[in-house]
Amino acid sequence: MDFYLRASEITKTYTGHKALDKVTIEVPKQSIYGLLGPNGAGKTTLIRIINMITRPDEGEVFIDGHPISRNDIGNIGYMPEERGIYKKMKVGEQAIYLARLKGLSRADAYKKLKFWFDRLEMGSWWNRKVEELSKGMQQKVQFIVTVLHQPKLLIFDEPFSGFDPINVNILKDEIRYLNQQGATIIFSTHNMASVEEICDHITLIDNSRNVLSGEIHSIKEQFKTHIFNVAYRGTHDIAAIIGTDDFRVTENKKQRDVNKADIQLLNGKTPNDLLLKLLPHVEVVAMQEVLPSLNDIFIKVVNENPVR
Amino acid sequence: MDKILLIIQREYLTRVRKKSFIVMTLVGPVLMAAMILAPVYLGELASGKATKVAVLDETGWFFEKFKDQDKIDFYYVQGDLASEKSKALAKDDFLLYIPLPELNVPVNAELFGTGQPGLNVRAYIKSVMKNIVETKRLMARGIDPEVIKDIKTEINLVTIKVDETGEEQKSNTEVEVGLAYLAGFMIYFFIFMFGAQVMKGVSEEKSNRIVEVIISSVKPFQLMMGKIIGVALVGLTQFMLWIVLTFIFVGAIQSGLLNSDMASVFQSQQAQMTTGSPAGGMDAAAFSQVSDVLNGINFKVMIFSFLFYFLGGYLLYSSLFAAIGGAVDQQADTQQFMMPVSLPLIFAVIASSVVIQQPDSAFSVWMSMIPLTSPIIMMMRIPFGVPYWQIALSFGLLVAGFVFTTWIAAKIYRVGILMYGKKVSYAELWKWIWYKE
Repeated sequence: MDFYLRASEITKTYTGHKALDKVTIEVPKQSIYGLLGPNGAGKTTLIRIINMITRPDEGEVFIDGHPISRNDIGNIGYMPEERGIYKKMKVGEQAIYLARLKGLSRADAYKKLKFWFDRLEMGSWWNRKVEELSKGMQQKVQFIVTVLHQPKLLIFDEPFSGFDPINVNILKDEIRYLNQQGATIIFSTHNMASVEEICDHITLIDNSRNVLSGEIHSIKEQFKTHIFNVAYRGTHDIAAIIGTDDFRVTENKKQRDVNKADIQLLNGKTPNDLLLKLLPHVEVVAMQEVLPSLNDIFIKVVNENPVR
Repeated sequence: MDKILLIIQREYLTRVRKKSFIVMTLVGPVLMAAMILAPVYLGELASGKATKVAVLDETGWFFEKFKDQDKIDFYYVQGDLASEKSKALAKDDFLLYIPLPELNVPVNAELFGTGQPGLNVRAYIKSVMKNIVETKRLMARGIDPEVIKDIKTEINLVTIKVDETGEEQKSNTEVEVGLAYLAGFMIYFFIFMFGAQVMKGVSEEKSNRIVEVIISSVKPFQLMMGKIIGVALVGLTQFMLWIVLTFIFVGAIQSGLLNSDMASVFQSQQAQMTTGSPAGGMDAAAFSQVSDVLNGINFKVMIFSFLFYFLGGYLLYSSLFAAIGGAVDQQADTQQFMMPVSLPLIFAVIASSVVIQQPDSAFSVWMSMIPLTSPIIMMMRIPFGVPYWQIALSFGLLVAGFVFTTWIAAKIYRVGILMYGKKVSYAELWKWIWYKE
């Protein structure tokens, strides 16, 4: 696969503790990549190393196949978790200033800002001071400033903290839009549910190590537990019908006139086998595979790799 | 290069547009003008109305001796104390009662009034009485008062400074001391005020992670120098505005007073202020002497070196302040590093009284050469006259000094500004200086 960014075997030690231990991530071109893990796992350290803010003790970062250099940093848009904007400056003035520092001309910066301010309905904020805005509003400003110069790689550290659900959705849409325009995107967050639907690749970092990497669907395939959720009408005692040799009922509850059961397929049985058993006895209303959430996967992986 | 200009522009504009800057710029000259004008104005207010004094002189010694003064009118009355007192007090006048003394000489007097008489009233009455009594006493011993007048001598010591070219210049130490202190303290004040602004700005950028965003497009050195130069321009702007506005304010108020007799009072007041001599000891001759001395001081050199030392001293210290701001995580942690950096400045101010007493001593000369103290100390020496080669050497050393501190500061800043959560020690800073890019 064609990787836009490759961080290989990155190790970083701070006095007393290892922040990163031989972490490798490979970010495919034009992907939306989730860097997931609990607080303090080392995500931000890795991002800072990619941005050349911190130097790794060992390992190397490659961009587009070559070792990263100062010049590449101009092609990265980075939004740190603590918001990197001047509190006392007016929104518009500040946005123009930061855009010009990134090499845009004043006219160009103004044109692009106008586009984004209109798009996110922020036109009236132009002359307000940043400190007068709410946290979520400040974050929108920060977002625009990050993406304005159309960098090829965008890195967001905890982008959704401080946003209400409506704005989270707006931001997700904008990120998808940027991705379609050709940008490669890296997310870092501890809130796995918030990125589940938007990321196509993920890496789980726990306790300074990369514990799981890959394409999100194949990971889910890999971790799926062959559990199907079946809604049916009829006798409640479903276990008596399907037996316990090939199927295991993990949950079974009655909701009004419909029963809902989680059934795990054992010994390589297929959903069709289950249906064959069920159909003569009950009326099947719906059946759906239950895929593990990233949270479930994470907990499973962490528990299987005890390091702590 | 255009990026550093952008940074300078931002630092300058955001500061100059601040309310606090505008307030400071306007209030500063008003305060200064007020300091110059207030004593005159207050004096005028207090003695707005002439004081009338009725004189009840039982001795007859002082008849017609009290002459009407600027704000004091005298008139003579006769009669008994009780009735004259009530008459005078009814008109809100004062009654000066000089009783017949038990001995021959009247040295006691009483001044009755409904209010407190002004200092000038009391001083005048005392001096007239003293004069007359002394004259009478001299006469009684057979000494002609004229003889005494002849014997009395005023010593007028004029100090004359001879420079290298042999040119002579009248000098007056009081004027020079005043100028020396003013120049030295202003440099001290400016360095601290604007140095602290640089530190605060750096520390703000670090703590809210603006640097992490900016550093992708700008070198740390550009960011640091942009801030330092931007703030320096703010300082210069404020300084220039202060000078211009002070002149305008004082000029406007003075011209408003031109027709009143305040103008003359004001002039003598000004003369007193510049020499620092006590009130009353100033006459026209002394005033012209002061302006002589003021002419003698080389103001071109003064102003040029003030600007130079302000900029040089500021660059030297503010780069160190920037390094401190970049090294620590929070502004509260700056204290431990502020101490050693500000120590030389504080030492210079403490040493200033010694320097002013002996501006040409070896100690003073050395202090005015070492870049850490030279901006303050040399400014204090210049009003007394300093050979040009010393100024040139001191200039050169200061330039070398700030190039050096900026170099060190840039190294510390570069590492520190992106470093978090690390307890910074001097050993740590030393390591940072030697990190390779």
